[in-house]
Amino acid sequence: MRRLSDPRGRVNMKKILLMGNPNVGKSVIFSRLTGVRVIASNYPGTTVGYTRGTMKLSGEKAEVVDVPGTYSLNPTCKAEEVAVEMCGDGDLVINVVDATNLERNLNLTLQLLKKDVPMVVALNMWDEAKHIGVTIDENKLEHLLGVPVVPTVAVTGEGIKDLVQQLPQARPGRLTYDDEERWHEIGRIVEQVQQVTHRHHTFLERLGDASINPISGIPIALVALGVTFSIIRFLGEGLIGYIFEPIFENMWAPLMMKLSAILGSGGFLHDILIGKLVAGEIDFVESMGLLTTGLFVPLAMVLPYVFAFYLILSFLEDSGYLPRLAILVDNIMHRIGLHGLAIIPMLLGLGCNVPGAMSTRILETRKERFISTTLMAICVPCAAQLAMIVGLVGRAGVRGLIQVFGTLALVWITLGYLLNRLIRGESPEIFVEIPPYRLPYLAGLSKKMWMRVSRFLREAIPFVILGVLIVNVLYTLKVIDFVGKITAPVITGILGLPREAVAALMVGFLRKDVAVGMLSPLGLDFNQLVVASVVLAMYFPCVATFVVMAKELGLRDMVLSMMIMIAATLVVGGVLNWLL
Amino acid sequence: MERVNLTMMKSGDRGTVTEINGGQRVKARLGALGIRPGAKITKKSSQLLRGPVTIGMGNTQAAIGFGMAKKIIVDLEQ
Repeated sequence: MRRLSDPRGRVNMKKILLMGNPNVGKSVIFSRLTGVRVIASNYPGTTVGYTRGTMKLSGEKAEVVDVPGTYSLNPTCKAEEVAVEMCGDGDLVINVVDATNLERNLNLTLQLLKKDVPMVVALNMWDEAKHIGVTIDENKLEHLLGVPVVPTVAVTGEGIKDLVQQLPQARPGRLTYDDEERWHEIGRIVEQVQQVTHRHHTFLERLGDASINPISGIPIALVALGVTFSIIRFLGEGLIGYIFEPIFENMWAPLMMKLSAILGSGGFLHDILIGKLVAGEIDFVESMGLLTTGLFVPLAMVLPYVFAFYLILSFLEDSGYLPRLAILVDNIMHRIGLHGLAIIPMLLGLGCNVPGAMSTRILETRKERFISTTLMAICVPCAAQLAMIVGLVGRAGVRGLIQVFGTLALVWITLGYLLNRLIRGESPEIFVEIPPYRLPYLAGLSKKMWMRVSRFLREAIPFVILGVLIVNVLYTLKVIDFVGKITAPVITGILGLPREAVAALMVGFLRKDVAVGMLSPLGLDFNQLVVASVVLAMYFPCVATFVVMAKELGLRDMVLSMMIMIAATLVVGGVLNWLL
Repeated sequence: MERVNLTMMKSGDRGTVTEINGGQRVKARLGALGIRPGAKITKKSSQLLRGPVTIGMGNTQAAIGFGMAKKIIVDLEQ
C-alpha cells in the first residue's frame, strides 16, 4: 500500500548505503555526496542513528544513507545493530575503507561482498596513508575484489568526483572464499596490494602514546580539563561582558523603554511583551516579558556559553582525545556499572541532554544504557542550564557553584554505585579502537560549530519565548497560586523553597534555562538558590530529552528512570535544605 | 618462546597472538578488530588498578578491558 500511496515517488529511488568500520569518514563522505550536514568527529561511534540525504545518480535522484560504523556483520552494540539491519535493503553499497588500516577494514568488505549487492569501495584517508608510508595499489585491489576502488580524502573532497563517476559501475564482487578462511584471504590480498615503508614516529603519535600512559596521561587529562574550563569561562564571560550585555543594555533597553511608555507602562499586553518593570526599569532577567527576558536569556546569558562549550567539545572530538580520556576514567566508571566510553554521553550531555541520550547507543547492554541515561538526565545539566546557574548562583560567589556542582557530582557517583548494585544485567568491559590524534580541519570544525549553534538558536529561542509566555499566562490565570498551594508540603516542607518556586519547576519541563531564570525574582536567599538549582537540574528532564529517553529506553525503563529521578531529587533536595 | 597473557606483557613488548581463551562472543568481538590467532601486536600501555590494556596492531590501536586482555594469549617476541 505504501508503495502506491507514496507521493514522492520513493518507490523508484535507488538506495545507496554508506557502510564501513567506525571512524573511517563515512559521515564526511555523506556530507560531500548529499550536501546534508551531519556531525562528524574523530572517535568511533559518532553516528549512532542513520541520516538520509539524496544525490543525483545517472540523472536520477537516489537516496543516500549514512549508516553507523560496524566492524563486522555480527553486531555487538545497538549502533551496530542499526547498521546490520540497514544492510539488507540497499541497492548499492559504498564501502568506506580506512586506507591506513586496510587489513582490518577488509574484514567487513569481504563480508559485504558475500551479500551480493552492487558495491564500490572508497579508499578513504588516502593522504594520511601516504603520510605514514602506506602505499596501496588500488588497481590491483579493484581487480582482486571485482568492484571499483576509488582513493578519496573526504575531509578535503579529493576523489569524491571520481567516486560519484564510478557509482554506475558498482557491481557485486567476484571474490569467493570460505568463511573460515576469511582472514587468510585478507592476508593474501593485503600482501599483494599494500607496501609499508618504515618511518619515524611523529609528534602526534608520541603525544598519543603519552596520553594513554597513566603516569603522563592523568596529568595531561587534568591540564586538558583545566584549560577547557578556563577557555569556556574566558570566552563565555568575555562574550557576555563585552558584546551581548552592552548590546542589550545600551541599544535594546532604551528601545524597549519607549515601547513600554507607548503601552502605558502596564497592563496585560505590556506585561506579556515587556514584563514587570523593576524600580521603573527593565530588568532583563526578572521582567519576564517576551521581548525582554525571552530574548535576553537565550542570547545574552546562554548562547555565549553554548558557543564556548561547543567550540571546545568539537575540538576535543575531532582531535581524537575522547577515547583516550575514556581509557583513563575506565576504572572509576566500572564502580558505577559502566565502562570508560560512557564518559562520552556525559560530555555530550553537558552540551545538550538530547545527543547525550542518543550517544548511549555506543554502549553494549541494557544495564549500561539505563544507568548512563539515568545518571546523565539527573546529574548532568545542559549548557543552557549551566550558563544560567553560573549567571545566578555565581553572582553570589564561587562557594555556591561548588555546592551545586559538587552535589551533582556526589549524586552521580552515589546513585551510580547504587544503580550498579540494583540493576540486573551485564556490564561488559571496554573494548574500543583508539584513533590517531588528528589536527582538526578548520572547515569541518566550523561547520560542526555552525550546526550546533544554529540548532541551539532554532530550538532555544522559540521554546524560551513559549516558556516565558506560559509563565505569564499561568500567573494571570492564578494556576501557579493554585498548584503552589497543593504542592506546598513538598516545595516548602521538604525543600524549604517559597511556594512560587513551583512555577519554575513547571516551566523547567519546557526549558530549564528559563526555569533557572525564574528563580531570580523570588528573592531566594543564598542557600535556597543552591537547593533550587540542584533540584531544577535533577527533578525531571526537559521535554526534548524526555521524548528521546522514552524512545531509547522503552516505556518500562523510562518509568523506572523517572521514579528514580523524582525520589533522588526529594532526598537530595531535602538533605541539602536540612544541611544548609 | 615465552607464552603469556596480554596483561602480563610489559609496555613495548611485542608478540603474536596464539589463542583467545574465551567464548564465541569474546572471540567474535576481538576478531572483528583483527585480534585473532596469528595477529602481531605490540603492547602500548596499561592503566593502574587492573585498568584497560592498550595494544597496537599495524596502524590500529585498541584498548581492551583487563578481564578480556587476560584471555588473550601471546607468544612473546624475543
